[in-house]
Amino acid sequence: MLEPFQFEFFIKGLVAATLAGGLCGLIGVYVVLRGMAYIGHGLSHAVFGGAVVSYVMSINFFVGASLWGFLSALLISLTTRKRVIGADAAIGIVTTASFALGIAIISAQRTFTRSFEAALIGDILGVQRGDLIALAAVSIGTVFLVLVGYKLILFTTFDPEVARFYGVPTPWVDTAFSLVLAGVIVVSMQILGVTMIAAAIVIPPIVARLMTSKFSHMLLLSAAIGAFCGFFGIYISYWVDVSSGATIVLFAAALFVAAMAWSALRPRLPFPRRPRTP
Amino acid sequence: MLHPGSPRPAVGPPMVVFDNVTCGYGGQPILSGMDLEIMPGDFVGFLGPSGAGKSTVLRLILGAVRLFSGRVLIDGVSTGPRNPRVGYVPQLETINWDFPVTVREVALMGASMRKPLLPWHSHRQVSHAEEIMDRLGIRHLAGRHIRQLSGGEQQRAFLARALVSNPSLLLLDEPAAGVDIKTRDEVMHLLHELNHQGATILMTTHEINSVAAHLPRVVCLNGGVVAQGPPAEVFTPEILSKTYGADLPIIRYEGLTLVAERPHTYGATGEEHTMKEPHIPTPPPDA
Repeated sequence: MLEPFQFEFFIKGLVAATLAGGLCGLIGVYVVLRGMAYIGHGLSHAVFGGAVVSYVMSINFFVGASLWGFLSALLISLTTRKRVIGADAAIGIVTTASFALGIAIISAQRTFTRSFEAALIGDILGVQRGDLIALAAVSIGTVFLVLVGYKLILFTTFDPEVARFYGVPTPWVDTAFSLVLAGVIVVSMQILGVTMIAAAIVIPPIVARLMTSKFSHMLLLSAAIGAFCGFFGIYISYWVDVSSGATIVLFAAALFVAAMAWSALRPRLPFPRRPRTP
Repeated sequence: MLHPGSPRPAVGPPMVVFDNVTCGYGGQPILSGMDLEIMPGDFVGFLGPSGAGKSTVLRLILGAVRLFSGRVLIDGVSTGPRNPRVGYVPQLETINWDFPVTVREVALMGASMRKPLLPWHSHRQVSHAEEIMDRLGIRHLAGRHIRQLSGGEQQRAFLARALVSNPSLLLLDEPAAGVDIKTRDEVMHLLHELNHQGATILMTTHEINSVAAHLPRVVCLNGGVVAQGPPAEVFTPEILSKTYGADLPIIRYEGLTLVAERPHTYGATGEEHTMKEPHIPTPPPDA
């Protein structure tokens, strides 16, 4: 059972997956509660476009991809504010265009030497020391922002328009959220893969929501579930020799099924849907 | 049942002034050349058909609508999106009832901008929120999820959020919409009490007889102010016709001025009714 722990690459991957899972679970609470579950999927694709552009322009991957992701998230946020365009449509337009740009560049540059397969499906073997440092830095920054902005983010997520009336600087909160989300996706991309990040962001908060009706509890639970899925997903992926991102997501999906079954069997739901009037 | 009293005499300068306001959305005016003054201690209901500008009036006070011309002043100062003196209660139908928040968390949102960068609320803020929940009769529900409340309790939870910010002006968007008669009466009695405790209250409503007729002052809107004053003076067939574009007879009953509707019978087999004179119900002998 402890065999994989003798390999340095496995320990690095385990730490990275646990951190990335926890981070995705934490930020996923805001993503899910804002009704933007699709943004994880879209933004990871947009970041892929940014990664390709960074490579072509010889810019540091983390800087280029983060900036690209941040600008995409901001653009989605700005587009959504035009009330005629829904968040899902804005995400679809901005991120698919960005992804298409990345694919177009790869197609055009016939002398491309770098493989982007790892970025697409996740690769535990590819985790470097630099990736871990970036992951740790983004984790610290995210936890700090969530703590410092807890009250403001809660109000903005729950009721953005009214929060503004009460003086909450909602545009700044949205900007900080976009920045953090882009950072989380960039640093998680190598481990989870572009195609798997969406599930890592969405599943832990949904499982947590099935277990609690309190926001602070949901944050802690979701982060813990994400980290748990990251840890055991990597561990299982070693034994079954399957892509790390896919194993983490499949493990999370299994947890989701278990949570659904538990809540269906539970005699009393944590948030029973009572009629509005007694 | 609340009965309308005479509007209190205006004391001091007005609290809110709409000075020749024209505003709207996307270049399309909703309100044109609106002049209106709200005095401290007023309890005003804004009436009008859908799209008349009722919610826009509240949003103007909140600084959320772009003015094409004119100005809106609160205590002599132009409105902006950040006015700690104003508490706002949105329509309940706009709330995400699946959001994982308890009544206490909702109430404390009203204090979010006090020490905003502290992740927790101070003991003083929590005590203040609990005191307000106690006053509104929902303290025992503080730990409950918002979906687990009745309609009246939900309205009180959001009223608590507004009151936690210690406002002197309360704005309520359709507080009586979508709730049953009992809940509506609970909410209106609560607002009545708050008004007697000194709060200035502005609310929008579609309920003419069950809500507006009981208020001391109503403002009829339809692209601007059609008329304002006590219901007994404002509810006339002429003013209501200008406001709603419909022929609405008036009934006076137990000191209240109520608005009737000409009866219709809908459906293929129904007979068409025409009413020559409004039917005035006879109060029961022991009334």
